[in-house]
Amino acid sequence: MPAPLVDRPGESRADATGPIRGNVDRARILGHYRTMARVRAFEEAADRALQAGHVKGAVHLSIGQEAVASGVCVNLDRGDFIVSNHRGHGHTLAKGADMGAMMAELFGRATGACQGKGGSMHIADFQVGMLGANGVVGAGIPIAVGAAHAMKLAGDPRIVTCFFGDGAINRGPFLEGLNWAKVFDLPVLFVCEDNGFAATTRTRAVTAGPGPGARAESLGIPSTPVDGNDVLAVDQTAAELVRLVRAGAGPQFLHARTYRLRGHTAVDPAPYRPAAEVEEHWRDEPIRRCRDLLVLGGLDTDELDRVVADAEAEAARAVADGLAAPHPEADLAWTDVQDVDMPGAGRPEARA
Amino acid sequence: MSQLSYLDASRQAIAEEMRRDPRVWALGEDLGRGGVFGQYRGLAEEFGPARIADTPISEATIMGAAVGAAMVGSRPVVEMRFSDFALCAVDELVNQAAKARYMFGGQGRVPLVVRQPIGMWRSSAAQHSQSLEAWYAHIPGLVVVAPATPADNYGLLKSAIRCDDPVVYMEHKDLWPALGEVPADAENGLVPLGEGRLVRRGDDVTIVTWSRMVQVVEAAADEPDTPSLEIIDLRTLWPWDRAMVLDSVRRTGRCLIVHEAVQAGGFGGEIAATVGEALFGALKAPVRRLGAPRIPVAYAPVLEAESRIMPAKVAAAARAMV
Ligand SMILES: Cc1ncc(C[n+]2csc(CCOP(=O)(O)OP(=O)(O)O)c2C)c(N)n1
Repeated sequence: MPAPLVDRPGESRADATGPIRGNVDRARILGHYRTMARVRAFEEAADRALQAGHVKGAVHLSIGQEAVASGVCVNLDRGDFIVSNHRGHGHTLAKGADMGAMMAELFGRATGACQGKGGSMHIADFQVGMLGANGVVGAGIPIAVGAAHAMKLAGDPRIVTCFFGDGAINRGPFLEGLNWAKVFDLPVLFVCEDNGFAATTRTRAVTAGPGPGARAESLGIPSTPVDGNDVLAVDQTAAELVRLVRAGAGPQFLHARTYRLRGHTAVDPAPYRPAAEVEEHWRDEPIRRCRDLLVLGGLDTDELDRVVADAEAEAARAVADGLAAPHPEADLAWTDVQDVDMPGAGRPEARA
Repeated sequence: MSQLSYLDASRQAIAEEMRRDPRVWALGEDLGRGGVFGQYRGLAEEFGPARIADTPISEATIMGAAVGAAMVGSRPVVEMRFSDFALCAVDELVNQAAKARYMFGGQGRVPLVVRQPIGMWRSSAAQHSQSLEAWYAHIPGLVVVAPATPADNYGLLKSAIRCDDPVVYMEHKDLWPALGEVPADAENGLVPLGEGRLVRRGDDVTIVTWSRMVQVVEAAADEPDTPSLEIIDLRTLWPWDRAMVLDSVRRTGRCLIVHEAVQAGGFGGEIAATVGEALFGALKAPVRRLGAPRIPVAYAPVLEAESRIMPAKVAAAARAMV
């Protein structure tokens, strides 16, 4: 039985608190709708900005996977940690990072979340517990485990959630990290976002056995499968797993099935899969499903359109602010390398 | 001769070697769809999925399995996608591939080629831009190759595949579209491992360089006020063409080494020390190096530029020596 769900502060609407499915109230679902709309608006704006030449590096869009980010992160406190992968915009926004700083990072501006040093694949926001996206598949798993280890050592009640894709489960750090988490009984929630693809390869073609959940269970970590495009299901399942992790029940594993509606990167036309398959999955996409649920629950479509319009306006503002923001000073490239260094190193004058 | 891109030259080299030797095969992520840059386009169609093998995202096992396969007589071409991801397989390369022959008293050989694309390319930031050739040149047992032209990418890749040692083969991502003449005759096109290429004769300063920096140095040589540069493209970093470099520096009396990799601990240091040891009395100026500062490659173009060697910097460094 899932724990009773409560509103996130600032997301409740006085006139929309009746239950829709189970004991979940409308405000919470509306909150998901807003979060997912913001992620979608951010990524669509980033994609357009990429085409316009404002974004330089690779961008991996999570369009179609927003429910996993929203459904999981709504159950986390601001102080809890998340570790993400190369497809991390949704996780980062859902954890509470500032959209403007994220867009500015994609534009390589001084006001970016990482001062323009990282770009899309290296966004981090430690203020909201977001310990970083990652350019190396699977590399976040041991990092999440280590953060959880430190929480346990310090008797700190905060927990760690680790997002990774189905492709990552074939890397050694997946096995090593999960084993470690279980051996040390750590407060970590593993979230495998199973979108069926590892870049251009169908993951099942290169993955033996029944998949991510079975691998977790073989190590004694219980795995819970969920329809990753049903935000409410993700929320309710994650709520229970987060409760268990917080209660000291050890590592938990959420296997969320979803679908990557866009190419591997924003410029990948994905010719390796039939258009009909993609079209079919568009019918199952999480934002539409959430909207249908809200409409069924009596919310009027004008209100929902307003949520989307607000998200789009926020993304447009992020783009405008990002474009107006200053480029970093070149000297910034020399900062934050290391504390202990050669005399004069870390300063441009020291160059050959 | 035909005009080929650096990318297509490598594709042709692999295809020819696979036709020639049934023991040759390639393994890596996404190869069935041509690989991440298209370097394997069309090969799965010709050779089938067994010889152009799609692997899981398992770098340690891609490399480790290639070591095992090579020990028992096959000739794997390992695709690491970005040299940065090859770091997930360093044990397999450095502790296993490089040392097996020696440790086992010469009983086994590890004839594999590890393709590890290097370099700055499309604002790829700190984890997708590195040039780590010096790390591998430091490891006994490894051959290290870094081609700069389509003809060399063709001829050196073929030689690497035929080589019985493990070869770290570092193509530069920014060179994929570069066009150049490639010999049509498969055997004449072979480029021997360990031989440098004299790119241009000159009198004042010998520049030793490789990979994408060859183009940059050529552009520097064309700038007004640049002293007369003799340009050597090393092509292979281990073994490197010591004779060609020393002969040239003996004549010019000056040596500048230019590489995209971080200067500190870079392979330029090895060349500089060798030149200093061999030609101390013949030098007209101290040997100089020009490499990236010891900072990670940043994302924003202004910041990334701090890591880039541009022609003007090369020209200025050469001018300062005469
Ligand atoms: C160690 C490593 N190997 C390969 C890559 C290249 N790469 C980037 S994303 C990706 C696919 C990852 O698939 P998955 O983990 O399922 O995440 P998804 O892209 O589906 O979100 C690959 C192979 C990498 N970044 N790191």
